[in-house]
Amino acid sequence: MLDSIFQNLFNALQWGSFYSLIALGYTLVYGVLRLINFAHGDIFMVGAYIAFFLAMFFLQGDGGLSGPVILAMVIPLTMILTSVCGVALERIAYRPLRRKGANRLYVVITALMCGLILENGNLAFLGASRKSFPELIDKVVYNIGSISMTNLKIGVILSSILVYFVLNAIISKTRIGMAMRGISYDKFAIPLMGIPIDTIIMVTFILGSSLAGLAGILFAMSYPVLDPFMGALIGWKAFIAAVVGGIGDIKGAFVGGFLLGIVEILAMAIFPSTFRDLIAFSILMIILVIKPTGLFGIAKSTKI
Amino acid sequence: MKKQKSLLILISFIFIALLSLSPAMAQNIKIGFNIPLTGDIPKVGEESKFAGEMLLAEINGQGGLDVGGTKYKLEFIYEDNESKAESAVTAALKLIERDQVLAIVGPNSSKQAVPAGQVCNDNRTPMISPWSTNPDTTKDRPWVFRAAFLDPFQGPVAADFAIKTFKAEKAAVLYALANDYSKNLAEIFQADFNSKKGDGAVVAFESYGDKDQDFSAQLTKIISSNPDFIFLPNNYNEVALIVKQAHDLGWKGPFMGADAWGNSELMTLCGDDCKGHYFSTHYAAAGAKGATKEFIDKYNKLYGYQPADVAALTWDAINVVLAGIQNAGKITGDLRKDRKNIREGIAAIEEVKGITGNMKFDAEGDPIKCAVVVKINDAGEFEFTESVCP
Repeated sequence: MLDSIFQNLFNALQWGSFYSLIALGYTLVYGVLRLINFAHGDIFMVGAYIAFFLAMFFLQGDGGLSGPVILAMVIPLTMILTSVCGVALERIAYRPLRRKGANRLYVVITALMCGLILENGNLAFLGASRKSFPELIDKVVYNIGSISMTNLKIGVILSSILVYFVLNAIISKTRIGMAMRGISYDKFAIPLMGIPIDTIIMVTFILGSSLAGLAGILFAMSYPVLDPFMGALIGWKAFIAAVVGGIGDIKGAFVGGFLLGIVEILAMAIFPSTFRDLIAFSILMIILVIKPTGLFGIAKSTKI
Repeated sequence: MKKQKSLLILISFIFIALLSLSPAMAQNIKIGFNIPLTGDIPKVGEESKFAGEMLLAEINGQGGLDVGGTKYKLEFIYEDNESKAESAVTAALKLIERDQVLAIVGPNSSKQAVPAGQVCNDNRTPMISPWSTNPDTTKDRPWVFRAAFLDPFQGPVAADFAIKTFKAEKAAVLYALANDYSKNLAEIFQADFNSKKGDGAVVAFESYGDKDQDFSAQLTKIISSNPDFIFLPNNYNEVALIVKQAHDLGWKGPFMGADAWGNSELMTLCGDDCKGHYFSTHYAAAGAKGATKEFIDKYNKLYGYQPADVAALTWDAINVVLAGIQNAGKITGDLRKDRKNIREGIAAIEEVKGITGNMKFDAEGDPIKCAVVVKINDAGEFEFTESVCP
């Protein structure tokens, strides 16, 4: 019994890592722009597909590259290309609306539509059949006591923790991070201080989308069946995780992601699996009823 | 005023266009396909469509279908149901009302076939599902038929095979909650296995939701209950993920699957992890003989891969409809009368020699036919192991 609890906790950490990585992207954009970027789950999907095509490209190349080398190239390239996609969305869809002074509600609806465009665009161009992600690293199963872990799962957990600390350092230690916090604090006064607001917003999208890209690679490696709608549900759930953690706060997104993973998996481990979502989301709702701003959220002040 | 006038002209144009279209089609026999071309299981839809195209080319190449001495050209209309229950209902209505088809082939999965069957029955249009194994599809619906065997037959086949081959005393089940096919088959299997090995022989009975990709919690529970094998009545895309994750969690025992495994995409998604496991299905492609082999070879030549059971069953289902039309003896041109004649024609079929076995229909519209158990061999082919007849 005790063993299966540890095994479940380990599984939950791995599953929560994905929620965390995606929730961080939601929270970054919300913190700076007060915009719920509903296309974020689909940017994650785009990231997974980019990783797939890059991996296939390198595997087919006659360089005879080994799996780990390919992975080392695929990770940064995917993050760059995915952030190009995120920035393109911002330039094409969100910025013109912002320029015209549209209400935030319209931007959110636009974001929802962008997500649908990405999903259906993928469906139209790549077809409905699923892609199978190649195995880039040899899977090793470790058994500690009766707990099974794989090198991949450990890697996923470690990278999400690493990402959190790097992101935290960027936000709190660098000048760009300071500017992001500034915009979040008062977006009308900041341009008067000579800070280029569009550049900072672009950086925010680059950060958020590259995290989604990273999550996409790790997800594709862990669950190697890709389809165009893979980002929709996990994106929604990660958004809920970000809200429960306190949207706009990166610690909140990080903790919220793991919390959702743990609640989901433990609900399943203790109760019949049929009740998973019912129990998991009831718990999250109770948290929100008690603390409507989320675990780490502060009502209407500086976020991020 | 001007706006109204132009609207009037537009409407009258549409009417004229519609009127001029309809008589041109009168000489064709229209059959609708309600299949998942996109969504969760696109390969299933694709194979159904390809099987349809193959048969269409063959029959129209001979000048058409001979009904009571007159040759009629066939016309197939493929409608996508996105592998969703609600879209299957819309697709069925579209085929019945807009396209005015004489009969509908599909939907394939029970998840869509159960609701679409209701629509077809209410609208008095013959429907035949190639692949649906859930009893509810045809139950109390005189207008609905199928080409596959039923889950109450398939569940015990899997249980018996596992008891014999794995010497199983304890079983675990993981099924998809939102999928009629998976849930129903899981319950039938549980009841049957428990009755054969005593209450509680199914030591774990776990489920997961739509679009889930992580099954680690359910599998941890299953593995800690220490079963002799895991029964997976799930779609091939989920099977690939479940089998891999179970191996990551240290599971080394066998899996037993059901007919939804039998898809040509299973091996590309699952790879080595699925080799050596068994599932029950409608036909085995490796080592087929006679008409079945002819079908497989022709399909392979045209489309470049081995057809799975759904292609073969679609082929049989269309042939059942065509035999029904020939039994009806004539095409009157009156849609309601023709549909009724075809329904009676199908119900009156003595026996159809299908490539998935010979079929007779019982009063419920279900065929009486055999199941096979196949093993996924080291080459990734589905190899015949055993045949079980009712």
